[in-house]
Amino acid sequence: MSPATTGAATSGADARPAQAPPAYSRPGFGRLMLAEWTKIRTVRSTLWSLILLFLLVLGFTALFVGLTVAQWDDMKPEDQASITADPVSFILGSGFFLGQLTICVLGVLIIASEYSTGMIRASLLAVPRRLPMLWAKATVFGLVVLVLGVVVSFVSFFIGAALFGDKASVSLGDDGVLRAVIGGGLYLAMLGLFALAVGAIVRHPAGGITGVIGFVLVLAPLASLLPGSIGEHVHAYLPSEAGYLISKAHQGEDDILSPWEGYGVFALWTAALLGIASVLLKRRDA
Amino acid sequence: MIEAENLTKRYGDKTAVDDLSFTVVPGRVTGFLGPNGAGKSTTMRLLLGLDRPHRGDARICGVHYGQLPAPLRVVGALLEARAVHTGRSAYNHLLCLAQTQGIGKKRVDEVVELVGLTGAARKRAGGFSLGMGQRLGIAAALLGDPSVLILDEPVNGLDPEGIVWIRTLMQRLAAEGRTVFVSSHLMNEMAVTAEHLIVIGRGRLIADCSTEEFIERSTEKMVIVRSPDVERLTGVLVGEGAKVSPDGDGTLTVTHMEAPRVGELAAAEGVVLHELTPKRGSLEAAFMELTRDSVEYGAGAGTEETR
Repeated sequence: MSPATTGAATSGADARPAQAPPAYSRPGFGRLMLAEWTKIRTVRSTLWSLILLFLLVLGFTALFVGLTVAQWDDMKPEDQASITADPVSFILGSGFFLGQLTICVLGVLIIASEYSTGMIRASLLAVPRRLPMLWAKATVFGLVVLVLGVVVSFVSFFIGAALFGDKASVSLGDDGVLRAVIGGGLYLAMLGLFALAVGAIVRHPAGGITGVIGFVLVLAPLASLLPGSIGEHVHAYLPSEAGYLISKAHQGEDDILSPWEGYGVFALWTAALLGIASVLLKRRDA
Repeated sequence: MIEAENLTKRYGDKTAVDDLSFTVVPGRVTGFLGPNGAGKSTTMRLLLGLDRPHRGDARICGVHYGQLPAPLRVVGALLEARAVHTGRSAYNHLLCLAQTQGIGKKRVDEVVELVGLTGAARKRAGGFSLGMGQRLGIAAALLGDPSVLILDEPVNGLDPEGIVWIRTLMQRLAAEGRTVFVSSHLMNEMAVTAEHLIVIGRGRLIADCSTEEFIERSTEKMVIVRSPDVERLTGVLVGEGAKVSPDGDGTLTVTHMEAPRVGELAAAEGVVLHELTPKRGSLEAAFMELTRDSVEYGAGAGTEETR
């Protein structure tokens, strides 16, 4: 170390009294959001997850819709009918099924990687009241996913609709379609918050990712194994199953919940988990 | 000003910090000394509100850390464990911390330069060596130009040049009127860095005094004497109450007697002396002696403890 680099530690000649009363004001929520935005954009996992989101959603939309169109004439009339009844749900569903996993992973990593790397200690030293940090992180991440989710949802819809052509024609002007396409973004944003909450509770990237994917991919088929209407109801109220209804143009015959009811159920799940996460964040040693 | 009052922290049935009270005043470097596992890091985490005490109270500038409105502007902390996202660059790490307190980018550049990381600031912190990571931690601590510094083992991983640098830095920060509280398990390092010492073992306070006093109190005075007539000299000194142990080569180590008295007795008896050197016992040895009963992870086979 050269002597030059050991220059003044103080930014000026401010000889502060030894025990200065803390004269600085508490940073506003906007500053915390700016900091969280810096955190999110400056790690590579964010970029990779979001690139993967687009690749998977758009790729699988094109693949599934394309294959369906190619097989269209060989399909049973009732299968054709189920698609034409709600083409937007089919289009978004084919892309989101795998694509959503990137958001699950990213949501968990956003918070759990702070624990695995030790960054959380620096974060909590900066925001010792802790909860504002969590809320700022959730807000920024939710907004980022909402914006990108709406974009990817629209692109997915346009690809699918173009591929279907007049076989299962659908346009944004159709009843409920615009809401369903925006709903795809809303679903991803809520899923991101859901994953973030699980990550904040589990505090371990691998464990958190396993937990969220278990919720999203494993519980649903498991619940449908339950007998009769119990199974149906449990299935309908599972977080991602309920939440996904928002990307349907209208309530299907078998659906127990309407799109907005389903989204509400998903929001309640997420709120409950965020509530648990906040209590634990406040209580646990970091 | 840092105040700890009856701080107690348990992990399971293990008491890491046990009814610890002390005050760290501004204007000097206060060393926080103790063997590994003595509870130094835990105490610092309690001061910083990262862990909750089971009992007692920790205050900085009169309030709990969590009550400070812009804590990084008042307290700068370097934790023992790394607190950096490995995937983020040093600059962005500091930037996101600065943004939480409304600290500008200019200050980020300043601290990067201050700790000598200018060339590496845009590299991912995960690739940093221990020493570079330590410098980054110190940069984060200095970010808000704080009046209180809490540094846990800052010399860890630094090369000799870096050790001199951090020592000089800490002493200058203290001279500027700041409170500097720095932990170490190395007695010799603290002896040259700190003006005041708080010594703990097994979570309990062992000493809270000036470094000088601590050295005075805990090291035994001795006199090295060399003479061609060791046997006669030994007899004379032992007869006057000294304790003498022969080191061979005509050298004696005399305790319980001051050097002048040894010289006078030798002169009175006409014993030739080739050397008469007052000495102090090794500080490190004294520290080990003092904390021997409170070492958490004793080295059974006489091997050096590693951290």
